[in-house]
Amino acid sequence: MSADSMNKIPGEKLLELLYWMMLTRRIDDRCEALFKQGCFPGGIFSQEGHEAISVGSAILLEEGDAIAPMHRDLGAYLVRGMSPGRIFAQAMGRQGAPSGGRDVNTHGLGDISLRIFGYVSHLPQSMGIALGAAYSFLYRKEDRVALTYFGDGASSEGGCHEALNLAAVLKAPVVFILENNQYAYSTPIEKQCLVENLSIRAEGYGIPGVTIDGTDVISVMETTREAIDRARGGDGPTLIECKNLRLKGHAAHDPADYIPPDLLRRWKKRDPISLFRERLENSGLLDKNTLAELQSRVEAETEAGVEWAEASPWPEAATLEEDVFSDA
Amino acid sequence: MPDLSYIEAINQALHQEMERDENVFVLGEDVGEFGGAFKATAGLYEKFGRRRVLDTPMCEWAFIGLANGAAMMGLKPVVEIQFADFISTGFDPIVQYAATTHYRWGAKLPLVIRAPWGGGACAGPFHSQCKEAWFAHCPGLKIVIPSTPHDAKGLLISAIRDPNPVIFFEPKYLYRRQKMEVPLETYASPLGKAAIRREGSALSIITYGAMVPEALEAAETLSAENISCEVVDLRTLVPLDKKTVLDSVRKTSRALIVHEAVRTAGFGAEVAAIISEEAFDALDAPPARLTAPDTPVPYSPPLEKAFRPDADKIAVRARELIRY
Repeated sequence: MSADSMNKIPGEKLLELLYWMMLTRRIDDRCEALFKQGCFPGGIFSQEGHEAISVGSAILLEEGDAIAPMHRDLGAYLVRGMSPGRIFAQAMGRQGAPSGGRDVNTHGLGDISLRIFGYVSHLPQSMGIALGAAYSFLYRKEDRVALTYFGDGASSEGGCHEALNLAAVLKAPVVFILENNQYAYSTPIEKQCLVENLSIRAEGYGIPGVTIDGTDVISVMETTREAIDRARGGDGPTLIECKNLRLKGHAAHDPADYIPPDLLRRWKKRDPISLFRERLENSGLLDKNTLAELQSRVEAETEAGVEWAEASPWPEAATLEEDVFSDA
Repeated sequence: MPDLSYIEAINQALHQEMERDENVFVLGEDVGEFGGAFKATAGLYEKFGRRRVLDTPMCEWAFIGLANGAAMMGLKPVVEIQFADFISTGFDPIVQYAATTHYRWGAKLPLVIRAPWGGGACAGPFHSQCKEAWFAHCPGLKIVIPSTPHDAKGLLISAIRDPNPVIFFEPKYLYRRQKMEVPLETYASPLGKAAIRREGSALSIITYGAMVPEALEAAETLSAENISCEVVDLRTLVPLDKKTVLDSVRKTSRALIVHEAVRTAGFGAEVAAIISEEAFDALDAPPARLTAPDTPVPYSPPLEKAFRPDADKIAVRARELIRY
């Protein structure tokens, strides 16, 4: 399916996908280095192995659509307009961050003008939030869609069941993307559920559910496109399970030595960015010069982001008690 | 000016705000054609349809989450929790998401959660609770507990127009017990303004919700004994009208704080602490609390009567405080 589908996508779009995935990876690597250098007061989550899922889905959204991402969706934030500088500033706790230093790393990395909803640690809260955005589209008869993400870990929470069922009953224009990276922190998937594919649960809500290869950006894109078309067409939500492996620890502090080396080795061969780059090269869509250009662009944007964030001032302690409530 | 019961005043406020603002919608269990367990939403479904009067499955977590998302998109959801006790099943969307969002990243979240609250109806441990203290401990939430039909309407209208999440507890004991004149036109009673329900000079009874009429009855009894009580109705716990409380205590030199909720870490402890910290020099007696004991809410009439403060218990405690 995936190879045929790729032929239908313009080459320019394919390069755009690669660019966003590379930018995500570069920022992720840079974050890890900054964390290890002590530049972040708090922790930072790894994105490695999730780039195809966040980029391949968010790339399909249009202006006015909404997104409620989680902590492995850096690519989705970028695609939807969150600048690298603001992302670094958030982890550094600076004023220029979307939270102005009040929330940590990708938490609270929201911007209502971009229709990106900041998440809370209590996953999958974002499923309810996305459902609410979707309900506002129904309410106002707008041809829009909301996209949200949660992990295999959050799929065990009771709220996941409630949100899927309520979305189904309301035929809400929302797409639920389940990033099954096989680990909830240190707990492997076989200790979380007995089913082979979590998407089978969709049947219990009367909605379509599908399991795909989360390392294949084209597969993610084409599957999400169908789900978005269904949602916009008034046919309600879809559950898409994207299987991958979290290639690093839960967060930068975590060596993840609980992941069996064989498993990790197997999945590292399926690094979503390497896989996609090779496919583009083999199809003649990516030459050395273009790749080098992309690399230097990504590098420059990342470094400009770091500089921007470092130049952003610390929040003033005197502002501590401001904004608990909105005045108007 | 028509005489309305508490529940009729709530119903009228909902009708009028939904007529005024296309963005206001209600959601919850059985709120549609059925009109709600207490009929607070009666007639809304017929007038505004399913889109704006949304019956949900039993899923407080998801429908409060939905309300959060819709609120950030500029709608004004008014959630009904069928009984305030059930609010715990939707706790995270309220205390983690709604309460923190504006502070964390600046999104406005104008949400109202209405909940029939409190006891006195032999409804047992899970249909009688007063859990306002849970929410008072979460910065970012406003808490409103009206005690009269007039306030029920005016404060609900303010809550709906407020740009923040507001928990609106309705003492269901009062739903149909009293009628009073309520203006037909809309009016917004300000949040954060306590009311002096009765002026007095010897003792301030500081209370809210269904304990306000009990305090007034006690004050009437005590006036026959030449004990002059002032009754302060807090109306909103967050924001708290500290000035009215402190002014009253400075005038009377004695404070009796009464609530239906259980004692330990109840909102009365906060009021007592504020009075102790800020009006200690004016006091002739330690601030006293009259509350429910630290037990679940019992069902059987003799047990619930023993559990719940009332006018007689308030009068007894007030006399002790006067003699201190």
